[in-house]
Amino acid sequence: MPDMTKSDTATAAPDAVDATAPAPQPVKAEKTRSLWGDAWEDLRRNKIFLISAVLILLLLTITFFPGWFTSANPTYGDLAKHYLQKPQLGKVFSPEWLGYDQQGRSVYARLIYGARASIAVGFGTTIVVTIAGGLVGMIAGYFGGIIDSILSRLVDVFFGIPFLLGTMVVLNSFPERTAWVVIGALGFFGWTQLARVMRGAVITTKQSDYVQAAKALGASTPRILFRHILPNTLAPVIVVATISLGVYIGSEATLSFLGLGLNGVSWGNDISDGGNQIRVAQWIMLYPSIMLTITVLAFIMLGEAVRNALDPKTR
Amino acid sequence: MGRYVARRLLQMIPVFIGTTLLIFLMVYALPGDPVRGLFGDKGGSPQVIAALRHQYGLDQPILVQYWDYMKGIILHADFGTQIGSGRPVTDVLGDAFPVTLRLGGFAFVIELVLGIGLGVFAGLRAGRAADTSVLMVTLLLISVPVFVLGFILKWIFADELQWLEPNVNDPTNYGELLMPAIVLATASLAYVSRLTRTSIAENMRADYVRTAIAKGLPRRRVVGVHLMRNSLIPVVTYLGTDIGALLGGAVVTEGIFNIQGIGGTIYQSIVRREGTTLVGLVTILVLVYLVASLLVDLLYAVLDPRIRYA
Repeated sequence: MPDMTKSDTATAAPDAVDATAPAPQPVKAEKTRSLWGDAWEDLRRNKIFLISAVLILLLLTITFFPGWFTSANPTYGDLAKHYLQKPQLGKVFSPEWLGYDQQGRSVYARLIYGARASIAVGFGTTIVVTIAGGLVGMIAGYFGGIIDSILSRLVDVFFGIPFLLGTMVVLNSFPERTAWVVIGALGFFGWTQLARVMRGAVITTKQSDYVQAAKALGASTPRILFRHILPNTLAPVIVVATISLGVYIGSEATLSFLGLGLNGVSWGNDISDGGNQIRVAQWIMLYPSIMLTITVLAFIMLGEAVRNALDPKTR
Repeated sequence: MGRYVARRLLQMIPVFIGTTLLIFLMVYALPGDPVRGLFGDKGGSPQVIAALRHQYGLDQPILVQYWDYMKGIILHADFGTQIGSGRPVTDVLGDAFPVTLRLGGFAFVIELVLGIGLGVFAGLRAGRAADTSVLMVTLLLISVPVFVLGFILKWIFADELQWLEPNVNDPTNYGELLMPAIVLATASLAYVSRLTRTSIAENMRADYVRTAIAKGLPRRRVVGVHLMRNSLIPVVTYLGTDIGALLGGAVVTEGIFNIQGIGGTIYQSIVRREGTTLVGLVTILVLVYLVASLLVDLLYAVLDPRIRYA
């Protein structure tokens, strides 16, 4: 664990100019620069952050350009190459590298093409949840009173239903489960966590002097919310969103295992199929499991690294 | 204290109504029909279907159905009838619930003992190799999906080594429940130990700990009484919300190990669109969750005397 105590503002300032690029809020430059600039200084030297960032970039490349990694068709099954033909670990990146599944489809090709389902559901759900939960949390936290009471009870209602069960009920009604359907179902029950985080952050921020000053100057409510409060509540929201991105990828795979996930090529479906073959052909489930675990791990590590960098108190 | 509990109980009512209404609407408003499901591909005659729908009250407007259902639960503890088997839902629950309760309870104990134990172990050694390895292992355990872990453990310990039974035949036998309970507990265990570790590491630097050490108290008392009591608040919060999650997570674990508990019943009622069974089961899970979160808030006052409920 690197030491987080180092906060050399003199050297941080010039570097921080290019460091504002990943920070999504260019407005209110002074505020953003110090917090995110400091964090960036920490993150650049944090091995865990670098490893997870490289892993995520690699996964994104696989998602968008699967053809770069394999020429095999993930849905083409050649029964002559049935699953008792063992993986040929020497033939790196060839279709037979990681063996074939029960229907003679290349496990490696399915690994590459399966990334798309996980990444699409992970990012899609996180975007939906962040926007929906963020808005509800912001409104509840800023206006308070009766609005807060009603919205908070609404959050409680959705939070009370076990996440997996709720999504199962919704998904069971859709025979055609595209990425959009799965994103919708996960988002429908997932927004509560971010709403709570956002509400808490807004309540602490709205008492700040600069918010009071903006109010006194007659700034409109949307302006106060989006230009003064939002940039200063983003830190915890981004951390929670990153970590939950990994969690949603895991949830998608779990739903696939239960037969209620995406239709088509996905790691969850392959693990579920391979689980029944585990006595004779472990590789069918092993490799997608490894990919899935690494993916979830990468997003959780990224989120935790950002959290530690943003909050000098942890450590 | 009494007034606080009363207020909390009153606040639970809208949440309870909202949650049950939400699940009710989801089950009945989404496409699909449990009565048609009874007849399979051939389909029944329209008259029979209409009669059955009338018998189960499915021809009523949805809010009327909800009202009748809630009235049944509150007035007669009647959770409706399982359409597939014709048995009362309370009977079905009576068979399944003890099994899951045993599994969940076992998992909860594992989570509590190992999770807090590992967390204290790592937190007292913050920054050292033991701490880092606990952090890494728990991170890995959080990232491995439950069903992957279940498949792999089952393959290693049941198929290859043949130490344990692959499926649970007798759910009253804790030896057979060991592997499913470990699988169910793993992710929560990792969260608990990370929370405990952070909390302990932070409180180690607190003034009261220094004072306790300076007074010459034995280390066991400093850690066991002073440090633990103050560090456990976030852990207790997590444990409270996790009771419901354990019961819900049983869907996956019970599927892998073929346990006939509440998870399997929920799964089947979702797939067969057995609305009444599902609503009954979820209602009970929601009640468990609400009571657990109330107990957690009351435990705060025990752990931290600064918190008072007037």
